[in-house]
Amino acid sequence: MVLSRTVHSESDESLHSTFASRYVRTSLPRYGARSARSNEAAYQIINDELMLDGNPRLNLASFVTTWMEPECDKLMMASINKNYVDMDEYPVTTELQNRCVNMIANLFNAPLGDDETAVGVGTVGSSEAIMLAGLAFKRKWQNKMKALGKPYDKPNIVTGANVQVCWEKFARYFEVELKEVKLSEGYYVMDPDKAVEMVDENTICVAAILGSTLNGEFEDVKKLNDLLVEKNAQTGWDTPIHVDAASGGFIAPFIYPELEWDFRLPLVKSINVSGHKYGLVYAGVGWVIWRNKEDLPEELIFHINYLGADQPTFTLNFSKGSSQIIAQYYQLIRLGFEGYKNIMDNCQENAMVLKEGLEKTGRFNIVSKDNGVPLVAFSLKDHSEHNEFEISDMLRRFGWIVPAYTMPPDAQHITVLRVVIREDFSRTLAERLVTDIVKVLHELDTLPAKVNAKIEVREEKGLEVTKTEINKQRKFTDAWKKFVADKKKTNGVC
Amino acid sequence: DGYNCRFKMPDQPIPKDAAYQIINDELMLDGNPRLNLASFVTTWMEPECDKLIMSSLNKNYVDMDEYPVTTELQNRCVNMIARLFHAPIGEDDTAVGVGTVGSSEAIMLAGLAFKRKWQEKRKSHGKSYNNPNIVTGSNVQVCWEKFARYFEVDLKMVNLTEDCYVMDPVKAVDMVDENTICVAAILGSTMTGEFEDVKLLNELLMEKNKETGWNTPIHVDAASGGFVAPFLYPDIEWDFRLPLVKSINVSGHKYGLVYAGVGWVVWRTKEDLPDDLVFHINYLGSDQPTFTLNFSKGSSQIIAQYYQFIRLGFEGYKDVMKNCYGNVMVLKEGLEKTGWFNIISKDIGVPLLAFSLKDSSRYTVFHISESLRRFGWVIPAYTMPPNVQHISVLRVVIREDFSHSLADRLIADIVRVVNEMEAAHSTDNTRNPNSSIDKTRHTHDGEASEHSKREMQLGISKYWRRFVHGKKTNSVC
Repeated sequence: MVLSRTVHSESDESLHSTFASRYVRTSLPRYGARSARSNEAAYQIINDELMLDGNPRLNLASFVTTWMEPECDKLMMASINKNYVDMDEYPVTTELQNRCVNMIANLFNAPLGDDETAVGVGTVGSSEAIMLAGLAFKRKWQNKMKALGKPYDKPNIVTGANVQVCWEKFARYFEVELKEVKLSEGYYVMDPDKAVEMVDENTICVAAILGSTLNGEFEDVKKLNDLLVEKNAQTGWDTPIHVDAASGGFIAPFIYPELEWDFRLPLVKSINVSGHKYGLVYAGVGWVIWRNKEDLPEELIFHINYLGADQPTFTLNFSKGSSQIIAQYYQLIRLGFEGYKNIMDNCQENAMVLKEGLEKTGRFNIVSKDNGVPLVAFSLKDHSEHNEFEISDMLRRFGWIVPAYTMPPDAQHITVLRVVIREDFSRTLAERLVTDIVKVLHELDTLPAKVNAKIEVREEKGLEVTKTEINKQRKFTDAWKKFVADKKKTNGVC
Repeated sequence: DGYNCRFKMPDQPIPKDAAYQIINDELMLDGNPRLNLASFVTTWMEPECDKLIMSSLNKNYVDMDEYPVTTELQNRCVNMIARLFHAPIGEDDTAVGVGTVGSSEAIMLAGLAFKRKWQEKRKSHGKSYNNPNIVTGSNVQVCWEKFARYFEVDLKMVNLTEDCYVMDPVKAVDMVDENTICVAAILGSTMTGEFEDVKLLNELLMEKNKETGWNTPIHVDAASGGFVAPFLYPDIEWDFRLPLVKSINVSGHKYGLVYAGVGWVVWRTKEDLPDDLVFHINYLGSDQPTFTLNFSKGSSQIIAQYYQFIRLGFEGYKDVMKNCYGNVMVLKEGLEKTGWFNIISKDIGVPLLAFSLKDSSRYTVFHISESLRRFGWVIPAYTMPPNVQHISVLRVVIREDFSHSLADRLIADIVRVVNEMEAAHSTDNTRNPNSSIDKTRHTHDGEASEHSKREMQLGISKYWRRFVHGKKTNSVC
């Protein structure tokens, strides 16, 4: 911990410009600060450090919104000091949340009357939404089993191995077994037949994903529903479905309205969607909607009075900001159905531009489907010399953040690069990205392959590899790596 | 127009200025956050901090790889807070802890860690592990009840008594059994701001642990007190200085002086956080460990917390807390002078004032709370938890932005309101010393005329209330 030292000069400190002040001359305490600093100095210090963070808009790894209109920014700043949970104090903010819930429920064709209020709640993200939905299923199933006099200590959920980590978290934290349908090469989502086969009397629900994280694909919820209805008729277990529409929930209704995946299917009892993905709001808002009141057990809802009036609460988080909820409402009324549709159409087109550009190079397999979340997932046709992780690394030099990762079991040998197309990713940026990828490919071609890969290939061919040759190659690649790393871009705007 | 439907999305878009104006105007009817004396949560920050918050609104906190500096700032905050709480770590060690959305999430994570550790311990002893419980006072905040219900842990509550509005350590330790995963103490009870005696709890529990060998740990819910005690009462031992305290949570958005949306949980050592609760994912590009209930969320509040730490430093926080305490005393003295109130909150605790009426026969604190709204003040009235539900209190929370002059103003308004109620009821009393507000007590003919007089008075006050609410503007008082 460093204590700041006083300046010997006699002049008034408030006259010093921020960078002339003593505050920027001492190193920043990492573990404790004793005395106060001026607000300008504190601001400047933090602002400057944050310059080294990545540029959110060039982050093509994330689905989460990175740009909103200035008018919305204004609304968000004005409500940043409102604690959302004070429903009594901020009744209008609470009302806006309720309207959002109603609008989203209607978007998902919830079976409601014209003036009926939907059952749902705003959350901090799809993680919380999924945990709430899972809790509701678990409790309903436990009550059912208790009433039948059967054991209720071994609940399980059936999902695909492509689920997002929050399902694994839910399973581990809430002590529910996760029964995963494995993927296979060429089939990267949950197979409805296999899923229904796995269902047993301890299954609290089957979770389908609309917009798989890894390749954006929509699972066939209709087929799942049909198969499960048949099985339920035989077994009488009444197993329900939950749709994790974190990314797809704000896409399918606009671009694929005939696709039946929501409450139009009778077994779908709850749906979650991320407001901060294609809901077009900054990070921090998700939604969960239940089909009707019966699907949300009353005993999970708490009523408190110490903020002054009776307040029902069924969320994991209590105090939180109101800004994102208000921003969601802004987007829903600002854009309306047509507005969202236009944006999604644009995203889809830009995804096609990118896809065609990549196909033209002849070096990639496109792993994502056309119908799905607007993203392009692709892998190299030829892995002998280089792999997708190297491409991802080299793209960072140009400022692009394009992640590379392996698929889940049983397709772990497949590695993909994934580019997510958000609202603010224009056609020009798409074309630029293709150009930069082509550049990277050229560079990689001139680069010696990774030593291991080469040795593998040569050993297969029965050739002997001498030690000096390996050392020579190693020295060469090390030098090249250093050269590239030194030239690595500072993450400023491209 | 299209937006008028409250249930369906409008079909067509509207211009952004229109959307902004419509929403902005509706929101004028919300309460003024700064006059909300019900809440501990921060309602004002410096404009420089607002600027930092604005510019980081579009950063998704969970992208640790993409935003390494933001992640680093969180780690520094965790380290600073751990040291503030005297965590037993070396000068260059990294503390074990994480930023959360609030104390609710923090408590659930801490509870999960205790539950898992306890289960592992029981399994290794070959004992049953399906009936875990937690011992707390009945004054706990609702998130403990949520934790208990959602994660299927029994909640064993120590009931309050008229002499003790917090958890009694002796009774708590009494309740501890082999299925107890931890005892949760509160530093800064929601109801009265009081600090529980964690030191005494620690001593008693150590004795019991020695006899039983159960090794029951303590968690301190320092949601409000965690940023008050170290500055105002550094000699009170409540934190990691006590050996049985294994984890502590604190709300950054209460006396951490940040807007709603940030909390912190810190563990004593690595051993207190079971490894199998931590997940490692790779689909954002590189290995990322994650142990929070929430995944994607904004980064603004974390950055704001760091701003406050380096902007104010230890001395700065101390000054702010001292001011809050000073204003509590002003309010307390002003109310004591009226002679109408009992002060329920203690001097040592979170800077708030909880008070009840000495005489609740003619009007109650609920009436006072309602009448104060006319002046723009939001002051909640509520009943105490079991077994003192017959006591109702008003509670005023003193935050950083509640000045001396506002305190004087509040006293004046409270006096005015009570005087009005006294006057309303004394006219009633001169004609009918035995009448009460409760209509159902009229039993014989002689009181029929009083009944209609009462109705007339009620009718008048109802009219007045409606008139006043119609004039309510919710602008700054």
